[in-house]
Amino acid sequence: MNRIEINFERCKGCYLCVDACPKHLIEQGKELNACGYYPARPTAETTCTACALCATVCPDCAIEVFKEVEATPAKAAGASKVQPEGIKSCG
Amino acid sequence: MQKKVFSRPEGLLDVTTHYCAGCTHGTAHRLVAEALDHFGVRERAVGVAPAGCSVMMYKYFNCDTIEAAHGRALAVGTGIKRARPDLFVFTYQGDGDLASIGLCETMHAANRGESISVIYVNNAVYGMTGGQMAPTTLLCQRTTTTPAGRTVANEGFPLKMAELMANLEGVTYCERAAMYDVKQVRRARKAIFHAFEIQIQHNGFGFVELLSACPTNLKMPPAKAQKWVADEMVKTFPLGVFKDLPPGPSPAPSSAPAALAEEGTAHAV
Repeated sequence: MNRIEINFERCKGCYLCVDACPKHLIEQGKELNACGYYPARPTAETTCTACALCATVCPDCAIEVFKEVEATPAKAAGASKVQPEGIKSCG
Repeated sequence: MQKKVFSRPEGLLDVTTHYCAGCTHGTAHRLVAEALDHFGVRERAVGVAPAGCSVMMYKYFNCDTIEAAHGRALAVGTGIKRARPDLFVFTYQGDGDLASIGLCETMHAANRGESISVIYVNNAVYGMTGGQMAPTTLLCQRTTTTPAGRTVANEGFPLKMAELMANLEGVTYCERAAMYDVKQVRRARKAIFHAFEIQIQHNGFGFVELLSACPTNLKMPPAKAQKWVADEMVKTFPLGVFKDLPPGPSPAPSSAPAALAEEGTAHAV
């Protein structure tokens, strides 16, 4: 699942990321951090595309973006050799 | 499997900056740090810090940084670069530092064509000292020292540094970019990368002006301040590349052999 992590203590609550997110998946938080800001937080929706637009506009580098990726071709090739065991573990 | 596709660059230390919420100094810092990482020059980079809001940038960059006297960042940078040409030197200055008190040093360093990259953050106001008028303050803009708005009769016109720099022969690359939305941040990133490349590969003087928002002194929420930059500042400070000389040998060395050849033929005759 694609997701973002907003660093609670680094965020200063400017909410530029809220405007930047094309899917409106970031909202204003309700808890104060140590600096006295209300940091932004991701909503419960799971439709994030890991486009990183929020992180691009974040002036405080508070956002990390994680993208769901397939296993690399080398690993996939290695996995195909031990396919029966892989299937067992999946089952 | 999840892959991290965006995180803090190595060139930036993991600390909370002192900048106000929504100040684009942080974005500019990140772009510079990304460029340092990209070109792999962090170990031999020296940043020159100005006086102004970014006066404490040595706390945020993960490279060597030196603090210059107010406005003299390019004079200090010249000294560093001439003593150690192997180092990568960049200055990071605001409009009060570069365009006001340090205008003389800036113009002469640019005219000499020093091999330095300049990141110039223009937010149209003196941020650190409390929102006084800067040389780049827009006409009719209200500040604490121009409460009725800047007028031509009293304070003159806003100073357009990118245009000024483009007229100097020593400057290799000069661009004005902004950071008010994703597209502009990406353009600013490209501009900074190109300015660094100019120094690393061609020993040229690169100048990047970044239009920045100062929500505190504009007395606006961050999103509105960004919109103000897009709607108002860009009218006075048009974005674009003002100068980008093609890479290659400068005219002076190439003309020297031609002159020698002429002399040679003259002697032969």
